[in-house]
Amino acid sequence: MLKQTEGSHAVAEAVALCRPEVVCAYPISPQTHIVEGVGELVKSGELRNCEFINVESEFAAMSVAIGSSAAGARTYTATASQGLLFMAEAVFNASGLGLPIVMTVANRAIGAPINIWNDHTDSLAMRDSGWLQLFAETNQEALDLHIQAFRLGEELSLPVMVCMDGFILTHAYERVDMPTQAQVDAYLPPYSPRQVLDPAEPVSIGAMVGPEAFMEVRYLAHAKQRQALERMPAYAAEFKSIFGRDSGGLLHSYRADDAETIVVAMGSVLGTIKDTVDEMRAAGDKIGVMGLTLFRPFPSAQVRDALQHAKRVVVLEKSFSIGAGGILATNVRTAISALPIDTYTVGAGLGGRAITKRSLHALFRGAIQGKLEFLTFLDLNREVVDKQLAREAQKRRSGPIAENLLRDVGVVAAKIV
Amino acid sequence: MFQVRIHGRGGQGVVTAAEMLSIAAFEEGRHAQAFPSFGSERTGAPVVAFCRIADKEIRLREPIMEPDALIIQDPTLLHQVDVFAGLKRDGYVLINTGKTLEELGVGEFLKDWNPARVCTVPATEIAIKCVGRPVPNVPLLGGFAAISQLLKLESVIKAINDKFSGKVAEGNVAAATEAYKTTLRAMKEVAAHA
Repeated sequence: MLKQTEGSHAVAEAVALCRPEVVCAYPISPQTHIVEGVGELVKSGELRNCEFINVESEFAAMSVAIGSSAAGARTYTATASQGLLFMAEAVFNASGLGLPIVMTVANRAIGAPINIWNDHTDSLAMRDSGWLQLFAETNQEALDLHIQAFRLGEELSLPVMVCMDGFILTHAYERVDMPTQAQVDAYLPPYSPRQVLDPAEPVSIGAMVGPEAFMEVRYLAHAKQRQALERMPAYAAEFKSIFGRDSGGLLHSYRADDAETIVVAMGSVLGTIKDTVDEMRAAGDKIGVMGLTLFRPFPSAQVRDALQHAKRVVVLEKSFSIGAGGILATNVRTAISALPIDTYTVGAGLGGRAITKRSLHALFRGAIQGKLEFLTFLDLNREVVDKQLAREAQKRRSGPIAENLLRDVGVVAAKIV
Repeated sequence: MFQVRIHGRGGQGVVTAAEMLSIAAFEEGRHAQAFPSFGSERTGAPVVAFCRIADKEIRLREPIMEPDALIIQDPTLLHQVDVFAGLKRDGYVLINTGKTLEELGVGEFLKDWNPARVCTVPATEIAIKCVGRPVPNVPLLGGFAAISQLLKLESVIKAINDKFSGKVAEGNVAAATEAYKTTLRAMKEVAAHA
């Protein structure tokens, strides 16, 4: 049924349709509305046979999720930013133990300096945790990916993060097509664990493994995760047959068939990029887009196929490995390393900096004209950066950087963007 | 695509107003996207929310920098925030006030504006009367329906009933209806003078 609703609310409803048996969560912006929504559905009785557990921290949330998943319950939680980092140890444990927990990450920057706004630093800090990572472009896709995530995770016995841009998607009201319970039931069978703590058939899970077998366990985790590269497209096809729309899959190309320049990105910024590309296409530029839905496992072969005819690739990412460069870009570059394609890395939208069509036009134009450097930051305020560098060169105790920059930038409450 | 920017202060229901505007547009079969500016959410702090309305899917996620319409829920913002930033020439301006534009000190700025596109409505007074609380957001949506003719009052009422129930919904429906009529009357007077 079509409805106009908040992204968080849509996800909460979709999660409820997946019939989770345990939901444990700790509030943190911008994720809070999602678990509040699920909590309301449990309390009202709309979501039955589900235990909603309030925990005292994110570490506890993931620990409870591990316990309930190991006991054979379909388990869901959600977090963001510092919350994801606080549960980090348990995040690695969940995947190491092979427990198909589904977790929404409402993507938000990591402090310090503290910042509640959107970027992808939180999820990407956990990219090596062994979880599958899916990135949603719209609220419809976020909703759909949660349904697919339970199916995928439970089939592979691996946990799945569904990543959606905090605020930009979680707090946006837009149109979504909410599936029926019958549709979700037809798509998602009851959870049949591949391993379970069962007193009738006792096993132990989580043995200590020494050098004699640890590498093999890790290799198997990799091999198992790579199976998602075949499962995801198959599940997306099945999803389409039941729900009637394209959602999920590994990646999506847009106007890229004859494109000399292809822009690669993840998440909600793809919409703004597509609008920009449409305008540039109308002006005769051969430019297209490749949006990545599945970031872990990384679909290297499919990325190579999608980009192979391009002259240049611009990877626009809301993340940045300090001291190295792009994260998504490094993965993309590795996938196409055998091809003669120039790859540019653009850090954008960090800490919620608005990504505008105007800036994207200038960026893509620069790339086409060969004027783009290999690592740049969209709309970086060079003036305040240089001012701070000068201060530091001049005086050893030049003051905290964040505070200095806020003074230099001035009052922001009066500005719209 | 029609883009609306709503300015107000924390506690005035700015974000809710944008959401309800999107619901009203959805009720008329249109695509709509509402989102807040995600500032620090403190009571009394300047807040901005956005709503885009279109006849096809809205993919754009940037803030609205060149609005077709402004709804200003708190006139004290007029000299604190650059509320008119990027407003399209002859874009709609709806201000919550019982004062005149001259008294507000924006008469000069709007003197060449198409008078049919600028209107004031005492939304806070209407809200106190109908809802019992100084929440100007919903009556301003009634006023916006009148000035822009973009939406029917009935769609705004549907959005109110989607968001609220019971007495709160009743009060807000009354407030939106009164603001709609007040704004229509003001528009007619402007047309008569033109």
